[in-house]
Amino acid sequence: MFRPGGLCFEPITATWLYSELFTNGTLTGLTIHHLKPSKSQRTLADQIRRPSTVASSVMTIECVNPEGLRFNQMKSSSHQTLETRMRPILMKGHERPLTFLRYNRNGDLLFSCAKDHTPTVWFADNGERLGTYRGHSGAVWCCDISRDSSRLITGSADQTAKLWDVKSGKELFTFKFGAPARSVDFSVGDHLAVITTDHFVGTSSAIHVKRIAEDPEDQVGDSVLVLQSPDGKKKINRAVWGPLNQTIVSGGEDAAIRIWDAETGKLLKQSDEEVGHKEAITSLCKAADDSHFLTGSHDKTAKLWDMRTLTLIKTYTTVVPVNAVAMSPLLNHVVLGGGQDASAVTTTDHRAGKFEAKFYDTILQEEIGGVKGHFGPINALAFSPDGKSFSSGGEDGYVRLHHFDSNYFNIKI
Amino acid sequence: MEVVDIDARAAKLGIDWSQVNFDSIQLPPGEDFGIESDDEAVYQDDQSEFDTGFGNIIVVDHLPVVPKEKFEKLEGVVKKIYNQLGVIKENGLWMPVDPDTKMTLGYCFIEFNTPQKGARTRLFLMVEYFLRVSLNVWGSLQEAQNAKEKSHGYKLDKSHIFAVNMFDDFDRLMNVKEEWEPPQARPYVPGENLQKWLTDEKARDQLVIRSGPDTEVFWNDTRQKAPEPVHKRPYWTESYVQWSPLGTYLVTLHKQGAAVWGGADTFTRLMRYQHSMVKLVDFSPGEKYLVTYHSQEPSNPRDASKVEIKVFDVRTGRMMRDFKGSADEFSIGGPGGVAGASWPVFRWAGGKDDKYFAKLSKNTISVYETETFSLIDKKSMKVDNVVDICWSPTDSILSLFVPEQGGGNQPAKVALVQIPSKVELRQKNLFSVSDCKMYWQSSGEYLAVKVDRYTKTKKSTYSGFELFRIKERDIPIEVLELDNKNDKIIAFAWEPKGHRFAVIHGDQPRPDVSFYSMKTAQNTGRVSKLATLKAKQANALFWSPTGKYIILAGLKGFNGQLEFFNVDELETMATAEHFMATDIEWDPTGRYVATAVTSVHEMENGFTIWSFNGIMLYRILKDHFFQLAWRPRPPSFLTAEKEEEIAKTLKKYSKKYEAEDQDVSLLLSEQDREKRKALKEEWEKWVMQWKSLHEEEKLVRQNLRDGEVSDVEEDEYEAKEVEFEDLIDVTEEIVQES
Repeated sequence: MFRPGGLCFEPITATWLYSELFTNGTLTGLTIHHLKPSKSQRTLADQIRRPSTVASSVMTIECVNPEGLRFNQMKSSSHQTLETRMRPILMKGHERPLTFLRYNRNGDLLFSCAKDHTPTVWFADNGERLGTYRGHSGAVWCCDISRDSSRLITGSADQTAKLWDVKSGKELFTFKFGAPARSVDFSVGDHLAVITTDHFVGTSSAIHVKRIAEDPEDQVGDSVLVLQSPDGKKKINRAVWGPLNQTIVSGGEDAAIRIWDAETGKLLKQSDEEVGHKEAITSLCKAADDSHFLTGSHDKTAKLWDMRTLTLIKTYTTVVPVNAVAMSPLLNHVVLGGGQDASAVTTTDHRAGKFEAKFYDTILQEEIGGVKGHFGPINALAFSPDGKSFSSGGEDGYVRLHHFDSNYFNIKI
Repeated sequence: MEVVDIDARAAKLGIDWSQVNFDSIQLPPGEDFGIESDDEAVYQDDQSEFDTGFGNIIVVDHLPVVPKEKFEKLEGVVKKIYNQLGVIKENGLWMPVDPDTKMTLGYCFIEFNTPQKGARTRLFLMVEYFLRVSLNVWGSLQEAQNAKEKSHGYKLDKSHIFAVNMFDDFDRLMNVKEEWEPPQARPYVPGENLQKWLTDEKARDQLVIRSGPDTEVFWNDTRQKAPEPVHKRPYWTESYVQWSPLGTYLVTLHKQGAAVWGGADTFTRLMRYQHSMVKLVDFSPGEKYLVTYHSQEPSNPRDASKVEIKVFDVRTGRMMRDFKGSADEFSIGGPGGVAGASWPVFRWAGGKDDKYFAKLSKNTISVYETETFSLIDKKSMKVDNVVDICWSPTDSILSLFVPEQGGGNQPAKVALVQIPSKVELRQKNLFSVSDCKMYWQSSGEYLAVKVDRYTKTKKSTYSGFELFRIKERDIPIEVLELDNKNDKIIAFAWEPKGHRFAVIHGDQPRPDVSFYSMKTAQNTGRVSKLATLKAKQANALFWSPTGKYIILAGLKGFNGQLEFFNVDELETMATAEHFMATDIEWDPTGRYVATAVTSVHEMENGFTIWSFNGIMLYRILKDHFFQLAWRPRPPSFLTAEKEEEIAKTLKKYSKKYEAEDQDVSLLLSEQDREKRKALKEEWEKWVMQWKSLHEEEKLVRQNLRDGEVSDVEEDEYEAKEVEFEDLIDVTEEIVQES
């Protein structure tokens, strides 16, 4: 049952803030009854097999009228705190801080990248480690999985991006750059990949488009297109494909979001300085249908943009620099992760760091809850494609896999 | 345009004023960029002077009438006189001569040097700045005026007394009408209502905050659960802001001096006080006077720094007195003394009269009175070795502390001195004292002196209190020791207007908090302990300004623990935490409390407003948060009896407010719902658009995926139930047939 890098469990309290819902002017209070799980439910094996069912069996929600009174309407705006007990699965397989997390399309595999040189694949259900991809000789910054889950591409600080066979872990091809590869993204159809590289001795940061051959034997390293960043000294932290592979969306240290023509390499749009981010963009995550995307920045905000027009739609403000963002494919929720800079962490109380994954309502831009647990800043966040679980990766080297309990799906704001 | 604004803009553009030579700026004539000086008097002066362009010419009359031979001599004399007063323009002296007699006509014209054209427009722009910074530049334009004033009535000899006029005046005087017109009475312009904020219909309080470059004044609107902006200004002050003690004025500090702001609707500048590089300000308790402080680092590090203190009349802006000297003269005890210079240097006697203020320096206490701004009886009080003084908050009684001298031969002393008579009302000698701290109760009824004494071994100290009852006959003194004498005292605070006090004592990290009353149930003249709360995470005490409620706060090391405590009932109302809170301040009415995290911490800067009983009302986050201050209120006009009456019939009044609360919350939830609805609709619109676009692009996408049809999973998979049997073990057992 237990493999190296195995599992450990730790009950954790997630806090959801409830705004009361009221119907016909009468409020219905929510009370929570904690039910102790029975002994049999608590067996470890059971938890491993069905962590989500265990979590949901811990508690039920019942609607009652507290104190038998009608709530005064005045209290309607007050928040009630609803606590749920989710049992995250702690996945300790990396020795260095996590950098990136990604689920495959089916949501059964979770790929993690870290500053130790080996990307790892896990079962997304129970957190069992499935395998590693050995070959890089530097921190791995980013990865992407093809639609059929057969190919993995990784970008690394060892100045290469590598193509892997997901199943066998075999290295298929190595793209060599003169600079660290920061981000990778497969296009729709997986025939193209966009790779960004940092500035390095003699080179400035750039975006490369590579053709991905059907048969790895035919793979070549030539770039189809190379885009130079206007400010070559600033890193491009993320570049992804726009709708129908017609555009490339990039964001980086210069705080600007740019949309490029993927054919000609022409700069089509650039985010407005007034409404855009004020500091380095650290993360970018796009919706499943490529219609909109979310950016996280050191300016302590995350912003939601229309991918075609680059219109700013929403802004989510938090108290710490944002390192990672994710959007729920199921509910109108976005998650922001981050925290005080790692260099300042040791000087203050652990709570000062705010290493919390914060949930926001996508539409109302209001905070709805937070999931604590990491001992360092959160560097990576990912939602499973069914929206029923999410995982976070921290500077502490852990991946925490959370299966939501039923409470989560009942959140009303 | 305010100087502040100019400075702010300059700072934005990266211009350092000191590097700018204004004379080198040439502006196109007539161009003023639409900026008018706000100093109207000066503006009009400029107008009249420049309108004719002869403002730099004077006419000197009553000169001797001389023949041609003496012309040059006279010219020389006149030139000599006027060269002393200003620079005469080249060929600027013209003495007309009678064409027939060749005699002079007894008068001459003198034109003074004025800056070139272009300067005029420049002046419009910079006049405000020039006025403050470099009066000299401005002055050069007024040479003519100056010369006129200085030389008018100059006696050349007995029969020739100069009559000097401005050239422009001739024109003006020629045009004077023969008939006298009564001067128009200026309409009375009422001054601003400086107390308007007190008449707020919702009875809210104001607070000022500084964050980043901005200074903002808000109403604390707890019904809306948000602050309502009153006034906001970037770069309003160059260091900090401060309310006057009664809340009438907000004072800002600038390079050139201090300014006070206030008024009915928005904050307008009411007065400026020139004191360059002002560092600190302090008001007298009745806000009649403003004390400003500036100190300059000495060029030689061994010298003491130079200190300049000015006392201004707040309303007229007149400087009443200034004090200059080295820092030693203004610090307690002088060099080698016990403590360094502490602000305020001048301490004001209590009460609204603002009659006396005192300064402590080595072996002397100087008490000044504000009628003449000189020392009472023309001399300072000599008190050997005095280290601390403290005014009663209501009366002109000064308490002072003198430590032990002569290695314990002369005991330490705490004394109460009546001002202006300088009569010692009471004194107490104390033995083996290491330090004393004096705490006056806010209505001046009690004085608590915390005395730290050495233990017999002199290795450690323990604390006790000497409690003075000021209002009773002969001022009785009571000694109070804590239950555990060795407890260290961490904090002490009187209940405002009350008879109780709270003490935090014991050892960190979990000290105890005790409450005492100056009265017992039977005896009003005895101090009694009310309660001790064991092991509290607190290191600071914040009484509500109305008493009864207190916040036991754990700042700094305790990460911002807050306990809201009701001292009447001796019960905890709420415990809360404002993580890393650095500051706590009650509003002047005692209804709300603000806790803040200022920029000493990097993260989560901002403030939180709580109700008096510890319910969090709202929270505002601001990066680079520097300061928060409630606007003080003047004391109530209601008598104690009237207040009590209101408290009794509170129900009558509260109905109205409860109804209002209800209305507002209804409105709010209505607004909230509307807002949410609008947001949802807007979002739906986006989603619809995305969906239709996604649909349109379906075929293209399919092609990109080499013909793979589905976008969605559902069609692709079907759920199958698979039964799985596992044979774990097979054992064969022979059963014996019976």
